[in-house]
Amino acid sequence: MADIRLEGVGHSYDGGRTWALRPMTWTWRDGRAYALLGPSGCGKSTLLNIISGLLSPTVGRIWFGDREVTGVPTAGRDIAQVFQFPVLYEEMSVYDNLAFPLRNRRRPKAEVDRRVREVSRLLGLEEHLRRRSRRLDPGRQQLVSLGRGLVRADVAAVLLDEPLTVVDPAMKWTLRSELKQIHRDTGHTLIYVTHDQTEALTFAEEVVVLNDGAIVQAGEPSELFLSPAHEFVGHFIGSPGMNVLPAELLDGVVRVGDATLGRASVELPSGPVRVGVRPEFVRIGPAGAASGPVARVTGVDRMGAYNLVHAEVNGHPVIARTDAATTFDAGATRVLRFAEGRAFLFRDAVRCGALEPLDGRAGA
Amino acid sequence: MSERTAAPAGQADGRTDDQADRRADRRAERRAERQAEEGERRADPRRRNNRAWLLVLPVVVSVAFTAVIPLMTVVNFSVQDIFSPGDRLFVGLEWFRSVSRDPEVRAAFVRTLLFSAQVLLLEIPLGVLLAVSMPRRGVWVSVTLVLVALPLLIPWNVVGTIWQIFARPDIGLGGWAVNNVLGLEFNYTLDATDAWITVLAMDVWHWTPLVALLAYAGLRSIPDPYFQAAQIDGASAWATFRHIQLPRLRGVLTIAILLRFMDSFMIYTEPFVVTGGGPGNATSFLSILLSKIAVGQFDLGPAGAFSLLYFLAVQIVCYVFFTVLTRTGR
Amino acid sequence: MGDRRLPWKRTVLWLYGITLLLPLLWMFGMSIRPNQDILGSFSLIPQRVTFDNYVTFFTNSVWYSSYLNSIIYTSMNAVMSLVVALPAAYAFSRFRFAGDKHLFFWLLTNRMAPPAVFLLPFFQIYQAVGLFDTHLGVAIAHMLFNVPLAVWILEGFMSGIPREIDETAAIDGYSLPRFFVTIFLPMIRSAIGVTLFFCFMFSWVELLIARTITSVDAKPIAATMTRTVSAAGVDWGLLAAAGVLTIVPGAIVIWFVRNYIAKGFSLGRV
Repeated sequence: MADIRLEGVGHSYDGGRTWALRPMTWTWRDGRAYALLGPSGCGKSTLLNIISGLLSPTVGRIWFGDREVTGVPTAGRDIAQVFQFPVLYEEMSVYDNLAFPLRNRRRPKAEVDRRVREVSRLLGLEEHLRRRSRRLDPGRQQLVSLGRGLVRADVAAVLLDEPLTVVDPAMKWTLRSELKQIHRDTGHTLIYVTHDQTEALTFAEEVVVLNDGAIVQAGEPSELFLSPAHEFVGHFIGSPGMNVLPAELLDGVVRVGDATLGRASVELPSGPVRVGVRPEFVRIGPAGAASGPVARVTGVDRMGAYNLVHAEVNGHPVIARTDAATTFDAGATRVLRFAEGRAFLFRDAVRCGALEPLDGRAGA
Repeated sequence: MSERTAAPAGQADGRTDDQADRRADRRAERRAERQAEEGERRADPRRRNNRAWLLVLPVVVSVAFTAVIPLMTVVNFSVQDIFSPGDRLFVGLEWFRSVSRDPEVRAAFVRTLLFSAQVLLLEIPLGVLLAVSMPRRGVWVSVTLVLVALPLLIPWNVVGTIWQIFARPDIGLGGWAVNNVLGLEFNYTLDATDAWITVLAMDVWHWTPLVALLAYAGLRSIPDPYFQAAQIDGASAWATFRHIQLPRLRGVLTIAILLRFMDSFMIYTEPFVVTGGGPGNATSFLSILLSKIAVGQFDLGPAGAFSLLYFLAVQIVCYVFFTVLTRTGR
Repeated sequence: MGDRRLPWKRTVLWLYGITLLLPLLWMFGMSIRPNQDILGSFSLIPQRVTFDNYVTFFTNSVWYSSYLNSIIYTSMNAVMSLVVALPAAYAFSRFRFAGDKHLFFWLLTNRMAPPAVFLLPFFQIYQAVGLFDTHLGVAIAHMLFNVPLAVWILEGFMSGIPREIDETAAIDGYSLPRFFVTIFLPMIRSAIGVTLFFCFMFSWVELLIARTITSVDAKPIAATMTRTVSAAGVDWGLLAAAGVLTIVPGAIVIWFVRNYIAKGFSLGRV
């Protein structure tokens, strides 16, 4: 197959007044498993429908390899797509449902049979092949929908639009690993839309985060977690999300209130910045320890394996994740320290640099 | 059986196994279904409360006045020979016997049945075709809906008048066009076939919108992803219709078929205005014959018996339709 | 969905539109010609345009009063059918009671009664009770087929409203009548509109019964139209003008409910 390239593709449902999808240029590389992550209404489904041709983009061009498909209807694109809720040909048997996409493409009977049996084995539907599809429970119905997406061997990509919403949690795990297995076996490009970060992070080789109609960051799961490029990514990925502290940058030095946090890793004009750091990388030192922002502990959530310590710095909430063993009294005053290389500076929600220790640089 | 045993052993075994499997499957399915149904009945969330009868009372009273009492009167007519209000004779089922043997009534019955059959055969497919063609969204939706619904709100005799004028060979565009453009001899006041065609065309014009609107309402309830999935699966327009739209139309089409059967079987006003039942008896349907006997000749006894048999016939056919339509393809 | 790829849909619609409108336009064309022209020679476009037929309609009391009669009894019938059907539909959708299913089906079978069956008894009964040739009489007679229909439509819509709402209201101390009027009715606004529409429609278009139980004072427009045949032959122009005018109320009603038509015809059951 080939890469899927979007060239300045954007979509507006109201004639250009607002963009459901801001014009973007982006390449889905062949054979990779992507997760498209974002809150509901951020344009995920619009993007998916544009790739599959269910929607013509308002602007831009779409390429499958070196073939332009902007004007090619869905049927000509060889894309498989699975929807959020089961879509079945209700009066057909499960077998006929699975065979339907192949029969429409006039595949030989033997091949149809072989593929249907393979896919049904994969999804555990073998025993139900003869049943009327609308008699299945919703979870199995969704498996049938999924099966119709997977039954064609020659697709350019398989697009999955939150396919596991109606499947019960235990089955979800199994299916997600099945999907991974299928991806390894078939080498299809997979684009998996979800608003669930766990689903995205465990499934994909590359996670693309979409917010407000634009791609804000794309990368491997660990990259998104360790170095968010956008405040939104920091909030949306991780639980709880990234802490953000308003700070002041003056001649390269970052200060919160009276306390100095460190210096900016790159030359930046002075002015307000926001410091972002994940709870995992906030350390709590004793009061009066080395320089750092002073925090007042407001409460502790015991999560079992770890504790979440809620504190306030200059009236702004900060959360730190600590060992289950550590305890703090509400009202205690402590000094916070941020792990080296894990705190970043943001301006207009976009990352503009990292926070470095003052002495670190002097020492280097 | 003998055929199967004669076949090569392995193959036969395979087939019987397969069939037995399938039968067992089906049996299991049916059992599951019955259980589900029973569960539904048990889980009926409606509270048992016989005081609800009080709420139904107004309906019962109004229907009693408009339907039950008149019907009793008809029953009363049907078993008596009434010479004058004071002079009547109990004749038992005599009128039923004579009416059901009357060749004129039988001919009208066959005629009406034939008419209903043709109406259904034409209007159901046409209505569905129209519904499929109507836009699902956009500015044209309102315009199409208003236009399509228009014939339903024209008084039935005016529908008759419209076609009476339109189909006349001398002053009507339709009749004139058939005679002078198509070059066919056409005059519904003289020719039995022409009269029949005119009445049928009129009914199709008048009532196809009802089928179309019902079907359209059914189609509108299909969520977009179904159509998107069909596109993804490479389904042709026909396959989309056959496997997505048609199955979803079962309910509304049942209603449409029942309504159209009832109303076409009871048709009176439109043919009465256009042809008056003629020429000869060509378009004299049951209603027209009945009102001729009842109001025209004032033969109360036969009219009463006729009425009851007529009512019964409508109910029987409706029941058969309903049973067949809800059972098939379940 | 794929509309731009399938021009046949538009072809079907245009063909249908033309077939639909031609007879109507033809009748309209007929209504604005003098009778001599109608019978004189065939022409597609009226040679002389006249509104005499409409003037006759609105100046002759037989015509315009029967037009009003129709509007009066149709409106009365729609309101009466609705008022009677509302509590019954609520009962069918919310309660189980002795014989509920049978009653429901029995109600529906009344929709299957050929109007011709009721001609004689209606004539006799309405004369006996003094309802003959009154608006109220026709309105009541039309309840024969409109009440079952109204109950059926309303029941369909009401069953779609969760019962928890009733229960919540009961807990909040609403009595059933107060709950029904202040909470439930506003929730089924559209169903009420749809029901009124159907009642209006079936009462407006009916001729046979209305004609049988009226003579002068409540005579419907439809009946007046059947009597345009005089010694001089049929007055085609006047007949056509009356026909055009009877379409107007229906067209107005459709225009008001156009946004509910699609939902309405699903009768709450799709």
